[in-house]
Amino acid sequence: MATVTYAGATRHYPGTDRPAVDKLDLEIRDGEFLVLVGPSGCGKSTSLRMLAGLEDVDGGKILINDKDVTNLPPKSRDIAMVFQNYALYPHMTVYENMAFALKLRKTPKSEIDVRVKKAADMLQLGDYLNRKPKALSGGQRQRVAMGRAIVREPQVFLMDEPLSNLDAKLRVQTRSQIATLQSQLGITTVYVTHDQIEAMTMGHRVAVLLDGVLQQCDTPRALYDTPANVFVAGFIGSPAMNIKTVALTDEGGVFGQMILPLTREQVAAARAGGDGKVTVGFRPEDCQLVSATEGGMPVVVDLVEDLGSGANVYGHAAINGGDERFVVSTERRSMPNLGETVFVKPRTDHHHAFHATSGIRLA
Amino acid sequence: MSSEGRVRKRLTSRTASLVAIVIAVLWTTPTFGLLISSFRPELEIKTNGWWNFFGDPQVTMANYEEVLLNQGLLSYFINSLVITIPSVLFPVAFSAMAAYALAWTRFRGRDWIFIGIFALQIVPLQMALIPMLQMLSPVQEALIWPYPTATVWLAHTCFALPLGIFLLHNFISELPGDVIEAARVDGASHARIFRQVVLPLIVPALASFGIFQFLWVWNDLLVGLVFAGGGPDNAPLTVRLAEMAGSRGQEWQRLTAGAFVSIVVPLIVFLSLQRYFVRGLLAGSVKG
Repeated sequence: MATVTYAGATRHYPGTDRPAVDKLDLEIRDGEFLVLVGPSGCGKSTSLRMLAGLEDVDGGKILINDKDVTNLPPKSRDIAMVFQNYALYPHMTVYENMAFALKLRKTPKSEIDVRVKKAADMLQLGDYLNRKPKALSGGQRQRVAMGRAIVREPQVFLMDEPLSNLDAKLRVQTRSQIATLQSQLGITTVYVTHDQIEAMTMGHRVAVLLDGVLQQCDTPRALYDTPANVFVAGFIGSPAMNIKTVALTDEGGVFGQMILPLTREQVAAARAGGDGKVTVGFRPEDCQLVSATEGGMPVVVDLVEDLGSGANVYGHAAINGGDERFVVSTERRSMPNLGETVFVKPRTDHHHAFHATSGIRLA
Repeated sequence: MSSEGRVRKRLTSRTASLVAIVIAVLWTTPTFGLLISSFRPELEIKTNGWWNFFGDPQVTMANYEEVLLNQGLLSYFINSLVITIPSVLFPVAFSAMAAYALAWTRFRGRDWIFIGIFALQIVPLQMALIPMLQMLSPVQEALIWPYPTATVWLAHTCFALPLGIFLLHNFISELPGDVIEAARVDGASHARIFRQVVLPLIVPALASFGIFQFLWVWNDLLVGLVFAGGGPDNAPLTVRLAEMAGSRGQEWQRLTAGAFVSIVVPLIVFLSLQRYFVRGLLAGSVKG
């Protein structure tokens, strides 16, 4: 039961130009499942390791339950961590792996036994307690790593891409197990992943990082509906949002013959330093294929991905002299053929506008 | 991995096995001859080769009785054990601790210290003998212990540490960092991590370094002679063997038995520890 606060936390590796984590400000509520997500090298793992005490903090502070832990060693922070490679102790049995931390805390033997057995039941590891890690499958090792964290009953769970070594099917299954487990235990959790689907499905809130800088931290829905800038817009959602920088008129952004309407305030904001351009985006699932007369944008189909439940249509369109690529999600019934020209029309009020140079959302 | 696999494949081919067998036979034959000779009567040894034993077997324990009881080899044998066991345990223990510190703790100048230790390996033992002797004799006098054995331990430990630290550092630094970090998050101190996580995982490396160090100390003549002297109270087996060859060159039936006494212990040590050479303890710690 704890809150976690990053207050301007910075990590700058010696000999590099810019900080790996740059003045991170983040408040994590008690019992919350917060996901740190971003492309590789964005500083998400470093942020987690700073909270764990495995990485130095060069500036700012980190608080757990309003207590400054910035300079405390890992063992004084009462946290448990699940590593990407599981990091099980190879010479110990599953039971010993889970009991190790409790033994170090001089927990009575009987209580260790109760807690390990309970965690093992929760994770269906009861039959494997006397095995060594090398006699377990990948999924089982992952569960032992989870169990090792659970028996601690720590203030905070830290998870560093715990699913990335599992195969796709097991990953989806374990994903929901972890989310369920977390809500049962109610322990504050910080979870790192590069997979935006994991982030969206598991997190109560999701923090998106890029180049060590926090871009946006909000609920999955808010990230999807109102991305704070172009990067978040492009990162969240699959397939990615169609984002183009186009000419700006008083009515909005110009896509060939089609105009994506903007409000007067948006136009005014886009004008300021925007060089007569505006960045506009619409999600593949927020547009329709219409007939030639309904005012859509003509797109030549290059590729169709049939997903079973629907289809993704990839194509290109000539806009303002350039050849721009687009992707549209459509129903299976209206799947076009390769080389065909379809007319794409974004749904009214489902497009996003960003400043052409700063990339910030225009409200 | 692929080049390692190729080497392994070549080393396990039929031709390679045949070559290995031939080498093993060539290597073992003289030792075997020595063993046979040590049981033959003096006259037989001096008049014909050991292979004649099979035509006319005559077994005697006289050589062993002579060297162990009359020549006092037994007490030298004990001296050798007294010298060797601590001279193996100290360097193994200290090297492991130093290697852990150099591999997994962060402090200023760590890399330079490691390079310095690595560079010390090029100092020839002979060059350090006199300074070491000068340095250790006050230590010896300060000790209440009346025997110079402790200085032999120290000397052997000093000479072994650079190589030992280097070997074990290589092994310890290859341990998965995640496992060590997991132990830190679990609340273990460095001492605890070293004892309960690192030591169990480096047993194969400790065993191989221990065996090398044991063979070196057991067969060593120079350091033993210089630091322990030649007296029957302290000198190792090798010193006595050398004397027997020098002063009794004509009675070399004794040497056969003496030499065999001296190789029995290394043989036992090697055969009993060789299984630790087999790795595989690390399998399963991280995703495999």
